[in-house]
Amino acid sequence: MKEFTYTITDHQGIHARPAGLLVKEAKKYASSLTIAKGSKKGDLKKIFTVMGLGVKQGESVTIQAEGADEEAAASAMEAFFKENF
Amino acid sequence: MLTLKGKSVSSGITIGPLALFHRNTISTAVRPIDDAEAEVSRFQAARAASISQLQSLYEKAVEKVGEEQAAVFEVHQMMLDDDDYVDDIVSQIRDEKLNAEAAVEHTAQNFAAMFRGMDDAYMQARAADVLDISRRVERELCGGEGIDFSAYDHVIIAADDLAPSETLQLDTDKILGFVTSDGSTNSHTAILARTLGIAAVVSTGTQLHNDVDGKTAVVDGTTGTVYIDPDEETLDRMKKRQDLETRRRQELESVRGKESVTRDGRHIDVYANIGNPDNLPQVLSNDAEGIGLFRSEFLYLGRNTYPTEEEQFEAYKKTAQTMAGKKVIIRTLDIGADKKVDYFNLAPEENPAMGMRAIRICLTRPELFRTQLRALCRASAFGTIAIMFPMIISADEVRRAKAILRDVQHELDEQGMKYDPHMEVGIMIETPAAAIMSDELAKEVDFFSIGSNDLTQYTLAIDRQQTQLDAFFDAHHPAVLRLIGQTIANGHKEGIWVGICGELGADLTLTETFLRMGFDELSVSPPAVLPLREKIRSLDLKK
Repeated sequence: MKEFTYTITDHQGIHARPAGLLVKEAKKYASSLTIAKGSKKGDLKKIFTVMGLGVKQGESVTIQAEGADEEAAASAMEAFFKENF
Repeated sequence: MLTLKGKSVSSGITIGPLALFHRNTISTAVRPIDDAEAEVSRFQAARAASISQLQSLYEKAVEKVGEEQAAVFEVHQMMLDDDDYVDDIVSQIRDEKLNAEAAVEHTAQNFAAMFRGMDDAYMQARAADVLDISRRVERELCGGEGIDFSAYDHVIIAADDLAPSETLQLDTDKILGFVTSDGSTNSHTAILARTLGIAAVVSTGTQLHNDVDGKTAVVDGTTGTVYIDPDEETLDRMKKRQDLETRRRQELESVRGKESVTRDGRHIDVYANIGNPDNLPQVLSNDAEGIGLFRSEFLYLGRNTYPTEEEQFEAYKKTAQTMAGKKVIIRTLDIGADKKVDYFNLAPEENPAMGMRAIRICLTRPELFRTQLRALCRASAFGTIAIMFPMIISADEVRRAKAILRDVQHELDEQGMKYDPHMEVGIMIETPAAAIMSDELAKEVDFFSIGSNDLTQYTLAIDRQQTQLDAFFDAHHPAVLRLIGQTIANGHKEGIWVGICGELGADLTLTETFLRMGFDELSVSPPAVLPLREKIRSLDLKK
């Protein structure tokens, strides 16, 4: 399993449109991907789950990848967060 | 020949072909199903069709407005692909044996409630997205995409009732008349028909079907009768009546350009009510002396996003300029109750007429109110605009609304933007509370305008949409007339003017009573202006 933690710097947080792009990116990988904020954890491939977390600027999220391509998935996700959030 | 009896809402006679209003009504009522798997496939097919519609909308939008703006259609596709959303619907069909429409609606409401419960205003507003995608699927389940409004050309429209957003999309120049099976005399179809001066009969109780399409009908809006496939004798009789009415309209021409003044010299302002700038030709052609009620909420209906400050500014400015210095009284938005808009994202209410509507929304969401007030103030530089706040029940509300207005005006000062600093500010008197407190309220404002439709429904506790109660309804109920009389007296005590902008203003049997009560202004639907002026000119209050 691969994981990383990222603190959101974008002032809008994870809003609808970037959440859509994030889910789209996550779906490219076979590994299961989860996103956790505090005690709340959900599937990164589901847009309602990601939006439902209501992640705002200054909050940290932990992403976990598990599966055949977990290495590639985790590093792609990390790059995506850095670029977009 | 088929004869229908209904209620007259707009007088006049019209003869022409009928056209049934095809809505593809979305019905999400629960109904029993036999084969859950077949229902699941039906849902999946509708979902797939919706996703492909969204894809083509996305492609069109990318071309027109760019990828950033188009992204919403992509996000909507993902929402329809979301496992939790889909599983929730499918499990309700399988486990609870729900029909697909009802299952989609349940899930939509649950997900929307989840968003509404979040602590971030942006995320709360996403409830509208969930409802939007779900409506798309429901529409597919109920038999396909929306309404082709352009198909209604020189026809009499037959429908159950029309929603405000639907009446807005009709090309009103091409509509000859309306026949509706439901709807009350105060429904939006009725209001539209009165504004346009076309014959309409509502509440016939008879649902018309496809087979009436193209058949000739006569709508007698004066008696509330509709003849479908009229025989020769009826047609003849109606044509004669039509000629009489044409002559009557010509007679009214004699008061065009004249002052609205009684024989003994009392002048009254006779203004017109409108919904949007599209109604301006009716105001001018009927020789109204001003606009007594511009229902600004119509700028918010029939669309999916809030109108911007610029869009509103243009609409108000155009109205002010067209009226060339004559008074234009604009009511700030009166959404809620029977005027619903999905993107306002209002929680469903048991009793919307007594719920979150009008000034209550504006004071709860000041940002929304500020946008409208900015547009109104900016437009006030181009003519004589007055504004009024609806649904007031206390002086405190008036003071809060005025404080926001002052704040907006300061902001415009700082930005060096022009507005009329003497713009009159008034309120609608349409709740019994406001009428009773009118002595105090009069100290806060420049004028009162009585909204007789709501004042009547709240005073009598009779829902204006509920046609079964018509038997209990008395438009001239003494309680209402007494409240109106008190309001005028209290207004005059403080030296402010008092008008009326409800349907009661056009009731010629009350004109004399109203003038004796002391009304300064009567605002009515445009075609009622000349008959009212003729009536006023025939009265002598000294007698």
